Amino acid sequence: MDPSQNANVTSVVEGELSLASATTSFEEPASVLRRLATDHKVAIVSTVVIVLFVLGAVFAPVLTPYQYDAINLSNRLAPPSLEHLFGTDEGGRDVLTRMLYGSRVSLVIGIVPTLLSVVLGTLIGMVAGYYGGKVDTAIMRVADIVMSFPTMLLAMVVMYTLGGGTTNVFLTMVLVGWSGVARVVRAETLKLKESEYVEAARIIGVRRARIILRHILPNCLPTIIVLFTLDIPSSILTESSLSFLGMGVQPPSASWGLMVSTGREFLYYAPWLCFAPCLAIMAIVLAFNYLGDGLRDVLDPHLQSQ
Amino acid sequence: MSGSLVHNLVRRLAYAFISIVGVAALVFVLLRMVPGNPVATLLGEHADNETVERISSSLGLDQPLPVQFANYVLGALHGDFGESYTLGKPVSELIGPAFLNTLWLAIAAALVAWVVGIACGLLAAIRKGTVVDRLFMGFSLLGVSLPVFMVAMLLQYLFARYLHWLPVAGITDWTGYILPAIALGWGSAGSIARLVRSSVIEVLQQDYIDTARAKGRTNTQVLVLHALRNAMLPVITLMAMQFSGLLSGAVITETIFSINGIGRLSVQAIAGRDIPLLQGTTLLCTFVIVMGNLVADLLYNVCDPRVRKGA
Repeated sequence: MDPSQNANVTSVVEGELSLASATTSFEEPASVLRRLATDHKVAIVSTVVIVLFVLGAVFAPVLTPYQYDAINLSNRLAPPSLEHLFGTDEGGRDVLTRMLYGSRVSLVIGIVPTLLSVVLGTLIGMVAGYYGGKVDTAIMRVADIVMSFPTMLLAMVVMYTLGGGTTNVFLTMVLVGWSGVARVVRAETLKLKESEYVEAARIIGVRRARIILRHILPNCLPTIIVLFTLDIPSSILTESSLSFLGMGVQPPSASWGLMVSTGREFLYYAPWLCFAPCLAIMAIVLAFNYLGDGLRDVLDPHLQSQ
Repeated sequence: MSGSLVHNLVRRLAYAFISIVGVAALVFVLLRMVPGNPVATLLGEHADNETVERISSSLGLDQPLPVQFANYVLGALHGDFGESYTLGKPVSELIGPAFLNTLWLAIAAALVAWVVGIACGLLAAIRKGTVVDRLFMGFSLLGVSLPVFMVAMLLQYLFARYLHWLPVAGITDWTGYILPAIALGWGSAGSIARLVRSSVIEVLQQDYIDTARAKGRTNTQVLVLHALRNAMLPVITLMAMQFSGLLSGAVITETIFSINGIGRLSVQAIAGRDIPLLQGTTLLCTFVIVMGNLVADLLYNVCDPRVRKGA
């Protein structure tokens, strides 16, 4: 047979294969939403909360008449009032305004490094799972080392070496974050590797990279989406903890953890300084956790809750 | 059979050792990437070059990095982690008592986590789908979602500052552990409760539960003798891993409640740019975590006859 014709047949057969595998485990976004709306109403409420936070972060300059770094010493530590809904801080700055701007930092640090570590972890996990052998062993040993690191201490060591600041918080979180994802995706890949359609694809001569990207990746996606949603809240918590210890985002930038940290000095005179950003962290983390739980039940019931 | 068990154990011990050395190497390199000579930083700007060089060489800092690392590992194997730059004592003498304080805190927090977590998870599983279930699961998710510093400050504000029931910070007697233990343990209690619930619900659907009921066992007997016993398997693993996490993850709790443990010592080490001390605390915490994971693996092997006989 003519080689080009052969390639053509391969691609047609392969298309049907991936179609077959797609219908078995992948769902339309609309149907996922519908199932969430019937069985997991909290997840829908959570989505609304998340959207509100994102809108608040994006439109912060429009939503508030104050500047986040405008110091007004004549109005220090003012309790919550109509003018300043969450009061003012030790520099007379409006707490609500700082929270809106702070949500930019907290959301970006919650989402972007998590996305990067999920992408990295997925690629590494699929390669380890599919290739097996020495590659697998080597990758998993490195993952073991990363996972046996006390996370907060590693973050602190990296921050010590590189200095505080948003970029370094980013780096630290990717450095730590990929290993957990890689582990789960590897396990999933090992399972999928034995499935009939992957075997069939291998038999008709589909290249390895293509099998990984076209046949294994789409079937790992539900798991990956759930992992991503559930990893965001822990990233937000890590960032706020680092900033709370003074090793994360540096002033004059506003982040929720940093606001709590500076507010702690005034805990007994002006508790709103601490508790307003705390409530924001709680709300966004709860929202992502509830959404993640709902998505897991709908997309991937086998993934254990931990 | 037992041969494969021993083989398994040896392999796992080897992996554990590799992990610890790997982390030690990583920390070693990271801490030496900091620009500038640490000795010069410590002595201040008035120190002359000669003094800096003399002290650097007496600390072995003028040798190549691999030699320094080899010396460090050899020393660590003998329990010698170097001398703290800022506190003027051997690191081993500093991390010992600190670790003891952290250990007490971790035990207290683990008690909170295990008792509350298992009780909540079990009740939620039995009353699946009811208000009780939602309430307990909400409480658990809240524990997982709240930042530790928030819980710690809230407890401090309410019970110590406002109600004057418990000490604000510091440890003078056992009452000092109550608030930190709750702050640190709630999150772990949350994840244990969630795992217990899903695990018990899964076990209750198995055939042998029906068999036990058919044999005339009461509901309580079925629950305790059959369901809980089997459902605890993944939970025990999680508990072992969490305990090592509690031992190494108490940085914020210790800072807020002024407990002189490993976490607070690490923060002090960073503030004072005290490299040997920071190296000592991270190495100790890594050791604890790796050992925790090893124990979790072994417990799983011992508790599950299928795993024991299988691979």
